Amino acid sequence: MMTKIRKKFDIWIVFTVSFLVLFALFLIYPMLGILKESVINRDGQFTVSEFTKFFSQPYYSKTILNSFKVSIAITVVTLLIGIPFSYFYSFYRLKGTKFLFIVSILCCMSAPFIGAYSWILLLGRSGVITQFLKNSIGINIGSIYGFNGILLVQSLKLFPLVFVYMNGAFKNIDNSLLEASANLGCTGIKRFIKIILGLSMPTILAASLVVFMRAFADFGTPLLIGEGYRTFPVEIYNQYVGEGVSNHSFAAAISVIAICVTALIFFIQKYAVSKFKFSINALHSIEKKEPRGIGGILMHAYCYILVSIAFLPQLYVVYLSFRNSKQAVLLPGFSLASYEAAANKLLGRSIKNTIVMGIGALAIIIVSAILIAYLVVRRSSFANNAIDTLSMLPYIMPGSVIGIALVIAFGKKPLALTGTMAIMIVALVIRRMPYTIRSAIATLMQIPQSIEEAGISLGASKLKTFVTITVPMMTNGIISGAILSWVTIVTELSSAIILYNNRNITLTMSAYVAISRGNYGLAAAFSSVLTVLTIVSLLIYLVISKSEDIKL
Amino acid sequence: MSVSIKIVNAKKRFGDFVVIPDLSLRIKEGEFFTLLGPSGCGKTTLLRMIAGFTAIEGGEFYFNDTLINDIDPGKRNIGMVFQNYAIFPNMTVRKNVAFGLKVRKIASNEVKRLTEEYLRLVHVEQYADRMPDKLSGGQQQRVALARALVIHPDVLLMDEPLSNLDAKLRVEMRKVIKDIQRNVGITTVYVTHDQEEAMAVSDRIAVMNEGVIQQIGTPKDIYQRPANLFVSTFIGQSNVLKGELEVKAGTTFMRIGSYEERIDNVKTEYMNNRPIIVSVRPEEFLMSNNKNSGMKAVVIDSVFLGRNTHYFLRLEDGTEVESVQESTIDSIIPNNSVIDLAINTKKVNLFTEDGSANILRGVCNDCDA
Repeated sequence: MMTKIRKKFDIWIVFTVSFLVLFALFLIYPMLGILKESVINRDGQFTVSEFTKFFSQPYYSKTILNSFKVSIAITVVTLLIGIPFSYFYSFYRLKGTKFLFIVSILCCMSAPFIGAYSWILLLGRSGVITQFLKNSIGINIGSIYGFNGILLVQSLKLFPLVFVYMNGAFKNIDNSLLEASANLGCTGIKRFIKIILGLSMPTILAASLVVFMRAFADFGTPLLIGEGYRTFPVEIYNQYVGEGVSNHSFAAAISVIAICVTALIFFIQKYAVSKFKFSINALHSIEKKEPRGIGGILMHAYCYILVSIAFLPQLYVVYLSFRNSKQAVLLPGFSLASYEAAANKLLGRSIKNTIVMGIGALAIIIVSAILIAYLVVRRSSFANNAIDTLSMLPYIMPGSVIGIALVIAFGKKPLALTGTMAIMIVALVIRRMPYTIRSAIATLMQIPQSIEEAGISLGASKLKTFVTITVPMMTNGIISGAILSWVTIVTELSSAIILYNNRNITLTMSAYVAISRGNYGLAAAFSSVLTVLTIVSLLIYLVISKSEDIKL
Repeated sequence: MSVSIKIVNAKKRFGDFVVIPDLSLRIKEGEFFTLLGPSGCGKTTLLRMIAGFTAIEGGEFYFNDTLINDIDPGKRNIGMVFQNYAIFPNMTVRKNVAFGLKVRKIASNEVKRLTEEYLRLVHVEQYADRMPDKLSGGQQQRVALARALVIHPDVLLMDEPLSNLDAKLRVEMRKVIKDIQRNVGITTVYVTHDQEEAMAVSDRIAVMNEGVIQQIGTPKDIYQRPANLFVSTFIGQSNVLKGELEVKAGTTFMRIGSYEERIDNVKTEYMNNRPIIVSVRPEEFLMSNNKNSGMKAVVIDSVFLGRNTHYFLRLEDGTEVESVQESTIDSIIPNNSVIDLAINTKKVNLFTEDGSANILRGVCNDCDA
């Protein structure tokens, strides 16, 4: 007698259906909206004129080339400064490694424009250092705007990514390999290049691609410091702002192009990383050597100077916020005047909005990530795999594109959400969810299924087992991921800049508005509050996670 | 309180791969029944079908007379002990053991009493308020056992519970498990690939290979009268020799080369001249210096292991065999000595040429079902 496989009512089926509906509404519908807007003109006819406009005029199409050029340059520079940093950190017993590590992470996770803003104040045309060098030594350092500025700011911001990745790779090198090579006569620089770098190639490649993606998609830095050097993400925004309220065709077309380019880079990255995957398990980890003599001093100097320069912008901004100022002019003396001015310009509301929307988005993201991880890992099916794939869509949607897509999709009744807190929360959830889902899936995969089976065999329902046993076991992995998500949410710029208004304005947006109006003191005050919030969150994260193995 | 288990024509396939083609067996109430076999033979799959974690594709499973095919794992009233213990890491030992009782909404003073009783039964009462990561492997396994038993299940299922423990602990723990099972009297189905462990704890063993049961019997039946060549080589050690069965004037003889012995317990239907396989356990060889009392063999190597001495010998036709003898006070037989090797005909086992059947009388394969 064949046993019939009966499908009983299952709460998880409800979740599957719900997520499919939500994804359809908030991901697929806006993307289709953008697609439609890009090829249907005002008379309702199908046309590719917006696309031809983009590609036929170098004024526009050059922006993609510019983005590629500067991103490649940034990648090369971060490798050049990051790899030695990581080498000294991993192979030698430096003093104050904890400090170096913490400050590196703080640099990497700062708000997107703090670096650009601060360096303009320091090295811009009337920058403090510029003036100092001109007046005292007579050196004219040239303009920090454009290509050089983007390169400087982003390299100093993204080298910690290379640092963290390479630390992981170096930690996995078996000491026996180094001893064997020394035994065969290969030591020092030659060994470094041939053996150590050779073994780390996959990681170098992975790190380069991550840096490239981040540099390519970066919005805040080129927005402030790019000036004449126009990059692709900024161009999307500029076109959107330049068009009328009802016509977003060109911006939509550029958005579609942006999605295609980002998707291409994403798949190249996945392919390249998978091709070069091999695992070494270090039976004997490297033994750190004691740095000695001149070499030791130079090593420490390199690391500390690098980290200090990278962290300088954030310190300078906080310092500035306590200086008196009037618009773009710095006055002597210190006070809390900037903060008082900020309080008048929606400081309270910005903070409140940032925290409320941040926590709201985070809560939605965490709950969804846990449920989706369960569906994908424990209840594999066609529908759930579709949810997994759809949840990765935001990876290939630049922030500005998400903002534009949401405006197009929810700009008019019956689904009018523009200008509300809700739409900001939707944008934040869309942007950050893929990362948290991936981390939740990785965490759940490490929990053996026998634990849940044990619960079920003792009589608990699947849901009860999940909530009382599985979820508590996932918390550690979830919390660290959640705090990193919190930091990215709080510093969100590229979609917020399209969706914000007076009511749902965030700290980041208030800071940006003050910067763009040239009000130094106000800008510094907002930026400082934002910076302090970021630093405190990251310190909490570093205390909780304890491991140096973080996924930035 | 406990139940008997009956499995009729069970079938299981994963995609195109048929793991269990057609399996039937009966487990008595209160019995300690072991599924034994090499990796991939289907024993864990069968156990999980009884538990309800693996879907049943064909056949019927009964607890006493109740068909359990469609009953949820949580409602079959089973207790399960996993290979990796599966102790809930976020709860103390006490809360782990109490978990099943709380789910059944038992009154809290009763929960307390039962938890205490079973913690004491497995000797972990002094760790009751510790977290699992502070316990050793053996202690964790005992907690898993208490947790499974405290809910008074009808059947106890154990999936290689001792394979993650070190050798000495394994020996200690299997005695603990056997004693507790006897004490509580619960029907137990135990899965292992370690045949010494199986023989130490089981009332009856089912030897499995590639989803098919090869023999069901007590440890003695399986060791001394294996039903086929697979069982004879999987359990203990066997020297496998090619030989001939000859019937001369009504008397049956076993012959290997020029060595011949009379065999009186061959089954009638096999009593004719035929090639056979002779399976000799190392302890069934008789080594002597009496000329012409057995096969000529040369000693290649010897290992003194205390109670026994193992000898490695080469026969005239080049076959290498191992013989185990109780150590004598005389010196070990030196290498290159030539000795006569005879076979204990009371214990030797003879199989058909393809190894599929034992041709001797007295083989018990599920004989008391």
